[in-house]
Parts: sequence; structure tokens; C-alpha cells
Amino acid sequence: MGYVTRRLVTFPLVLIGVSILVFVAIRLVPGDSITAMLGTEAGLLTPQQRVALTAYFGLDQNWLVQYWHWLLGLFRGDLGISVAYGKPVLDVIFDRFPLTLELAFLSMIIALAIGLPAGVFAATHNGRPSDLMVRIFAMVGQSTPSFVVGLLIIYMLSVGFGALPTMGEFSPFWKDPLRNLSQLIFPAITLGLAFAASVTRISRSAMLDVLSDDYVRTARSKGASARSVIWRHALPNALIPVVTLSGMEFGYLLGGAVLVEKIYALPGLGRVVLDAILQRDYALLQGSVLFIAFNFMVVNLLVDLAYSALDPRIRLGER
Amino acid sequence: MSPLLSVRDLRVGFGHDPEVNQVVRGVSFDVAAGETLAIVGESGSGKSVTALSINRLVDFGGGRIVSGSVKLKRADNSILDLTAATEPQLTKVRGAEIGMIFQEPMTSLNPVLSIGTQIEESFRLHRGLTGKQARAAAKDALDRVRIPDALRRLKYYPNQLSGGMLQRVMIATALACNSRLLIADEPTTALDVTVQAQIMALLAELKRETGMSMIFITHDIGLVAGIADRVMVMQNGQAVEQGELNQILDHPQHPYTQHLLHAVPHFASGQAARTDGKRDSEASVDPALRVDGLTVRFPVTSGVFRRPAGAVHAVEGVDFDLMPGETLAIVGESGSGKSTTARAILGLTKSTRGTFSAVRQEASARQSQRPVQMVFQNPYASLNPRLSIASILAEPVIAAGGRLDVQTRDRMSMLIERVGLPSNSLDRYPHEFSGGQRQRLCIARALMLNPSVVVLDEAVSALDVSVQAKVLDLLVDLQREFNLAYLFISHDMAVVERIAHRIAVMYAGQIVEIGRAAAVLANPQHSYTQRLIAAVPTVSRRKEHFELDTRQVPSLVRQPGFEPAPADWTHFGADHKARTEAPPYSQTAG
Amino acid sequence: MRILRAIFGHTSGRIGGAIVLLYLVIALLGVMGFTPHDPLMQNRLDRLHSPTITYWMGTDLFGRDVASRLMRGVGQSFTVAFLSVAFASLAGTVLGLAAAWFGHRLDGIIMRLMDVLLAFPAILLALLVVAIVGPGTWTSVVAIGIVYTPIFTRVVRGPALSLKARDFVDAARTFGSSRTYILTRHLLLNLVAPLTVQITLALAWALLTEAGLSFLGLGTQPPASSLGLMLSDSRNLMETAPWLLVFPGLAIMVSILGFNLLGDALRDILDPRMRRSNP
Repeated sequence: MGYVTRRLVTFPLVLIGVSILVFVAIRLVPGDSITAMLGTEAGLLTPQQRVALTAYFGLDQNWLVQYWHWLLGLFRGDLGISVAYGKPVLDVIFDRFPLTLELAFLSMIIALAIGLPAGVFAATHNGRPSDLMVRIFAMVGQSTPSFVVGLLIIYMLSVGFGALPTMGEFSPFWKDPLRNLSQLIFPAITLGLAFAASVTRISRSAMLDVLSDDYVRTARSKGASARSVIWRHALPNALIPVVTLSGMEFGYLLGGAVLVEKIYALPGLGRVVLDAILQRDYALLQGSVLFIAFNFMVVNLLVDLAYSALDPRIRLGER
Repeated sequence: MSPLLSVRDLRVGFGHDPEVNQVVRGVSFDVAAGETLAIVGESGSGKSVTALSINRLVDFGGGRIVSGSVKLKRADNSILDLTAATEPQLTKVRGAEIGMIFQEPMTSLNPVLSIGTQIEESFRLHRGLTGKQARAAAKDALDRVRIPDALRRLKYYPNQLSGGMLQRVMIATALACNSRLLIADEPTTALDVTVQAQIMALLAELKRETGMSMIFITHDIGLVAGIADRVMVMQNGQAVEQGELNQILDHPQHPYTQHLLHAVPHFASGQAARTDGKRDSEASVDPALRVDGLTVRFPVTSGVFRRPAGAVHAVEGVDFDLMPGETLAIVGESGSGKSTTARAILGLTKSTRGTFSAVRQEASARQSQRPVQMVFQNPYASLNPRLSIASILAEPVIAAGGRLDVQTRDRMSMLIERVGLPSNSLDRYPHEFSGGQRQRLCIARALMLNPSVVVLDEAVSALDVSVQAKVLDLLVDLQREFNLAYLFISHDMAVVERIAHRIAVMYAGQIVEIGRAAAVLANPQHSYTQRLIAAVPTVSRRKEHFELDTRQVPSLVRQPGFEPAPADWTHFGADHKARTEAPPYSQTAG
Repeated sequence: MRILRAIFGHTSGRIGGAIVLLYLVIALLGVMGFTPHDPLMQNRLDRLHSPTITYWMGTDLFGRDVASRLMRGVGQSFTVAFLSVAFASLAGTVLGLAAAWFGHRLDGIIMRLMDVLLAFPAILLALLVVAIVGPGTWTSVVAIGIVYTPIFTRVVRGPALSLKARDFVDAARTFGSSRTYILTRHLLLNLVAPLTVQITLALAWALLTEAGLSFLGLGTQPPASSLGLMLSDSRNLMETAPWLLVFPGLAIMVSILGFNLLGDALRDILDPRMRRSNP
């Protein structure tokens, strides 16, 4: 069975597992769901209303039936109604997703633009002072939590400019690109720095591994120049772990950067989850968590497919 | 006329202090145009570092040339000292004037680039060819190394070709720009013996066609007889002897050369076969091990639902018996099923059908329920690095329900001494021992339970040649002392000749010939055995012409329900039989 | 011990080891209550005091000593990190060994389950657990433990699979060694090195996740102190009292740096691949 086929077969399996996990997790929340959903207002319900609501939400049926109905709803794009926002869960998610997607892209661009060249540079200068500098920066970068970086950036900006240059209502890219970018550039740098540090470290060690491989020696024995050895022979082989890491990180960023969104007061997907938890909005929590996990899996599937494009050993099967 | 390459007092060191940590210590030699120099030595002799210093690839491996000169006469007759050359100068020499091929063809080609791209690169770098011209040149290069269907193979990736084919691709790349010097660093060590013969034949033919010079590096002095004009023997970073091929092989001066030629196993077409322990068909001794119709098949599945689509017939109907005190060698190339046979007998691989019965030796009361023990190929992988030698030797005893008591300790000490290791070994750890010593430890462990049969799976193949000889001597001594029966699995005919009483030749999962060692080696009957023996390099076969043969090992995957025809044997003397071949085996299998 | 000497001989091992040791002392003092001031005592006269001899790191909005709160916070963070990593490494080792040894269907089930868990960003999965159980120290421990279990499962399963295929395990089978013997002496004993590296690195992530949870107000609950909580409190005061941001921020960063450095050093020392290249 081919690699791609195998990935495509396990994908729905894991997706079903994720949906079960999310479904069961939400049912494990203590207390009855009506109280959970309506909060203090539930106290105003008459017993009849309570029964009617329970029946309306299908909560009087067993979990299996409830799961089945939920699953059917998923296929129709119906994730339920968010109590906190007063509109369909899917609408809330799609309101917020563009920001999260854009932020994830910007961070990844920053990370790859810094991390890949830095990693390759460090690997080719292995053991020299310049390598040591890159490694120190990468190590410190990887060890600094995003919310610490974010707070420090805000602090420096507020000392330097007196206040954050552009805050207030978030404007989507298609309405005001400049304002949008100025709002997202610092969050993107905040997320991108640690990401860049990881990319630097992994591309450095992958390059070091590859540079000691036999085929690199072969390329040199053919008279390939140092530059050609690095970019033509070594880098394509070293890219595989870099793509894995970047894909994973990007996938996680699509789940919303809860902390950075909170610091910069950005209305992204992470905030939706946090709000859902704080306001006990379980339909929203269930829907958004599932959406996030689904995104992550799609990204990973794409990464795995990208492997097979990068590496003929995977594409054609190991002998 | 000055030689093509002239190396004087070359010294190469590694690490922080290359002056002190020298691996090559003052080597001098010349290579004339059209001449082949063989550099022979064991691991650690500095032969590969010497080779890598010529085109300065040693720089990238952390080595540094401490002193000496490597003077190359270039195509325009100017002389360039490569030890003083700049990197841009060197990239013009590498691939254009000096080509190189390596030991592991499987890892020496870039896995993410197609074969064609990698050959074209040479033409692009040194001839400035691009596009269609480069492609056409690459096809010619593949034709030159006799790869059939070259145009289609250009699109292949390295993992789609066999080791022998990849080594041909390497040769094509190295010679693409008509290099006048080819450095071949153990180019056939990783290959099967028949494939090795093919590569050697190809190198010899290319040498005749192009008039190139060659530096051929090997640990196998038998191999140089077929190809070298001159030989240089290296030991501990120094050239201990060099001279004309015949002079070195027939009148070696240095004791180390003499040792390599005489103490080390060399194939002698059955003349060196063991003469002790004649099989006596009259005596009513039960065999130590009897194997009857052993068959191992691995199911092959296809599709999402893993439907059975057939089976790999790895071992098919193998029968033999093994007498106490006797060695049966199973020889064959990779994929022949010889190791699977061994693993099935030990129960490491499930046999599909067939029976085997091993008879326990009488004698001591503390007998194992497992009369068959095994010694593995890789001495570095077969000892748990985290356990002391005492724990390692105690494991079989504990597994058999015994305890680490005085009796066990006594036996450990006795065996440690018997296999020739210092008596304080028991408290030490595996990493403190060399490869040969570890293999002795494995032998001691296998003997802890007093087995009647020891399976030796390529047990000396990973060792240096002089260590091989000593371990083989030990094995023969132990066999006599404990009346052990050996099942000796090997691809190396020279080693097999030293230890086997009887030989079984396996091909594509079946025994094709079995009999007395001397008879099988001197007078092979099956066409595969003949081909195998013809491919074995020996000191006596000087500059022999090998025929090119591109036959591939047949696929062992069969349709579900396939059953092979029962074996039909032709007998040649009392204890020598071969499968009857009609039609030839190469066509039935496929 | 050989390993301690090796760490000392390794530059980043030395730095990382020193940092970790320093933090362990601080954490221990913090947990046992040996702090310069009572971390909970509010002193209205000394509100938002900048660092002085008495208050090394200044005071917060309620006049509580930042240095004492920081020590207590480090103690809290380390407690959660160590417990959660203990949980994750134990669960991961059992699952990983089971998957590798029994293979086939069990391997498939376990690894797909781990895939399911890995489909959630770490902080989100922790949030989900908190949402179910409600915030608190033990919730954080379980949440972070669950988050890193799949990573340990993978870290154990891979090497265990390759060890299982090694000749010494085959040899053990030919002797008839028991499953327990093979699993403990041949597999587990050889997994100590990669597990040590992974535990060290996981401690760094666990500190990060714990700080994040507390920062969001879903980890340690006030008035108890934790580094994340202190950072969160500093947000609206950073212009007037930057020490509220700088000291906890640095404290988190340096602790993670320490474990990362130590983990890297251990990997260099224990990875047989590295050892082979410089004997």
C-alpha cells in the first residue's frame, strides 16, 4: 500500500477519534448541561421549560444517539448555537479565522526567512564563533515564552512611542491592508521569534547530518563547488525535518495563539476558545476545538504529502 | 617521463592536534599513466585516508595534511601540488582529472536527485553542457558502464536500483569527463561476490578502453591479483612494502605482507578444505540436527484491506542433517535465504512448514532445553551495551531457570579463558572490547549451556581479515574439544573452505547443491555454484578476464497457492548432489 | 559519577546545570517558606515600591514583596512541572513499550490515540482539561501530563522498536529469556539515556505551559503566587512598575533556558551517534 494511500486512510480514523474525544470531554464537564449552558439564568427556568430544553437539545437521549446527531450536524455544517455570541458556532469561527490564518502565515514567513538561512549558515560555519552566536540566539529565542516576548515588545513600544501605535478595532486585510499589517506585525514577530529559533536549530542540525552523508562526499569528488554542495545536494535532503517542524508549528498556530492574542487584544480563534471556557459556552467550545484539531490534521496531511514530493524514497516506496 | 601522480612523504592527521594524531605517517608512491596501483590494508591502516588526501576530500572529514606533497601531472602537462592547491583549483581537478568511487554505492548517491541529474552534473560542471546535450552525454556514460536500457534508467532514483547497478552509475559519474585517474575506495566490499566480479570486470575493461590510471583500495589481497599492476601494503599509517604485483604476491618481503598472504583465508578451490572428521555412513550415530522440508514464506498483502496477494518464498523445502562434530556451511548471496534458514531453526522466524529436530548431547546434568545456540554477524549489536560481561554470560543460564551461583561463575571463567580473553573480563562492559574480542564473548555465551549445535550466522564477516583467521582457528579448536556441530552461514567462500566439512549452496531460497566441501569447491556441478566459485577472487587468478553478465536474482514473490515442483537431484559421488537443471534455473525462476 | 563529570566538561551542560541547580535551591526554599518576606503579606505603605535593599525586586500593587512571591512562584512552577513530567514520562514509557513490543493492532490503536492527542496545540489541550475539571494545581499537573504523554510515547516507541530488532534481543530469544527480562534489561535499560534527555527537555516545556496556563488565569489561583500569574498582573502596571514585568519574565526565561541547555548537553553526551564521531 502506497504511502499517500496509507495517510489518506488513517486521516478519517484519527478525525473520528478527535471528534469522540471532544464530544466525550464536553460531556465530562460536571453539572447538568442546561445549567452549564444558561449559567445563572437557568435558575429562572420552570421545571417544564427545563424538560423542554433538555428534549430540544436531545440531552435526554443516550450519548451514542447524541453523538450521532452531533455528527450528522457536522456534515451539514451545523455546529450548534453559541450562547455567548448569540449566533451559530460556525459563524463565530469564520469571523475569527481570517485573523488567525493571517497571523500564522506571517509568523511562518518570519520564522523561515530568519531561521533557514541562519541554520544553514551556522551548519556551514560549524564550530566557529559565528556558529556559536547563532546557536546562542536560537537557544535564547527558543527558551523565551511568547507571552514574555510579547509583553517586552509592548513595554518597549509603550516606552518608545508612549503607547502602542495602532490598537483599537481590528481591521481585516481586505478593508485596510496597511492598518491590518501594522496591527499584526508585532504579534507576528512575537510568535515568529520562537518559531524562527526552532527552525534555526533544526535546519542547523539537519544540515550538519546531511553534510556528513556519503553523497555529499560524492558531490565534492565530482568537483561541485561549496555553494553547489550546500544548496543543490545538501539542502533538499535537510529540508525534510524543517518542513515537518514548520508544518507542525503552523498547524498549531492555526489553533490560535491564545496567549499572544490575549496580550495584543486580538480577536482570533484562540480567544474564542478562551471565552468559551470562561463563559461556559460548551457548544462553542466543542465546535471550535474540533475545528482547530481538524485544521492541524489537514496541515499535517499536507506536510506528509509534501514529503513525498520532496523525497523519492517515500514517493516510490523503500526497496 | 614523469608519473601521472607522485606522492612524497604524505602525513595526514586528525583532530585538534593533527601533528600528534597522525593517521597516515609518511607515505610515498607514484602512479604512472595507465597503471593500476592497489593499496592493501586492514581497517585503521590509513589506506582510505591516503586516498582521500589525493583529491583533498580529507579536508571535509576533519583531516589535515601535515606535510608532504601530492603532485599531479595535469592534462596540459603542468604539475600541480594538490597539497598546496586552493579550493577553486581543486574543484577543477576533482571530477575532471581525478574521479572517485566509494564503498557504499547505496548511500553515495543523492537520494532526492535522479540518476540522470547526478551524471549530468559532471558534464555541466566540467564541460558546460546543459539540457539535451547533457542528457545525451549522460546516456552515453550509462551505456559505457553497460547499463541496459540507459535512456529509461536516467529517470530512476537511487532507491530504485540494486547495489551493483548503483556502483556502475558511480563509475559512470566518476569517469564522465574522462578522468585520467580513478580512485576506487573498496568499491566492491558492500556487494555480493558475483556482483563484485562484474564490477571488477567492468573496471578492467574501462581501463583498457580509456588508458586511465587507477588507485584501487582494498582489504582483500586476493582481489588485487585480478586488476593491479603494482601493490602497496599499508599497516598503521605506513607503507610497509610496495612493488610489482607478481613480486609482492610471490615473494613478499615484509612479515605483514607474508601474514596477509598466508595466515589469512584465501580461496583455494577446495584444496584447503578440512580433512578431519570424515563422515562415516556405517556408524549409527544420530545427527545432532536434522532439518526436513523447511519452508519459510512471508505473506505479501496489497490494497487498503491487506488482501493476501501472494508470498515471498524465502526458504523453500530445505533438507539437511548435521552430525556431531561436523560443520555444514550454507553459502549463498544476499536474498538466497541462508540467514532466514538459520533464524527459522532458532525459532526467530516462524517456519511455514517443515520439521527440525535437534538432539541433546548427553553428559552433564545441567542441560539446556535448547540444544541449538547462535552467534550473530555483528559483534557490536549482539551484546547489550548496558550489561556487564558477567550478566551477559549469565543470561542463558538464568533463562534456562538456573542461577548465578558458584557453578555458573566457574563455567564463565573457564569459557572466558577458553576463548582467549583475560580473566578479568567478567566485570567489564562490551564497549571495552574490540570486534574480534566481542565475537569471542558471543561464542562463550553460546557455549554456556553446553549446546550440541551452534549456528554461526556470518560470524566472522564483520571482522578484519587477520582477526578472522584467529576466530576461525578458535572455532575449530572448540569444535574438537566439545564435539560441536556447526551450521556455518556465510557468503565468503574463502572462510567457508577453512571451516566446512560439508557445503550447501543456496540460491533463491533453495539448496541447489550439497556435499563434501572439497568435492563441491573443486568440482561444482550446478551452474549457479560454478558461477559463484568462478567469481571468487584468488591470489592465483592473475589478470583474469571476467565475462560481463547482467542476470538479476529472480523475484521470490509468488502467487497465492503456488507450490514449487519437487526437487530432482543428480548424484555425483557418495556425498555430493546437485539439483537437476532443465530448463536452466535462470529461466524457471522469474 | 561519569555522567556528572561529562556534564561538567560540556560548556552548555555546565551553564545549564548551574542554572537548574540554582533554581532547584530557590524552588526548595520557596516551597518550604524560607523567603525574605511573607509572600502573601500585604503592606499598604510600600505599594509599587521599586527595588531596594529591603525589597530586592520591589513590591507589587498590594505591597507584597516581589522577590518572595517569585521564590514561591518558582517553587509552584517547578512542583507542577516535575509532577506533570513524571506523569507523562511514566505513562509514555508504558504506552510506548507496549506499542513497540506487542506491535500490530495494539501498536496501531495506541499510536492513533496519540495522534488524536497530538492534534491539539499543547495549551489548548491543557485548557480543555481545565475546562472539564476546573482550574487548580492538580488540574495543571494532569493537563500538562496528558499534553506531553504522546511525545514520550513516541520517544520510547521508536528506539524500543529498533532495540527489539537488535541482535542481542534475538539472542535473548534464542536462550528463551522471559519477556520481563528482555523488556527490563534489554529495552528499558537502553532507553534510560534517551528518556533522560527527553525528561530534561520536557521540563522546559512543562514550565512554559504552566506559566501560560497561569498567565491566562487557569492555572494556579490567586492569592497563591506563580510566575505566570505575576506576569499577568504586571500587564497594566508595566509603565509605572517595570520590575513587575522584568523579574518574573526573566525568571521564566532563564529557568527554561537552563533545562534546554542541560537537555542539549545530555543529548550530546548520551547520544551514541555523537559519541562515535568523537571517541
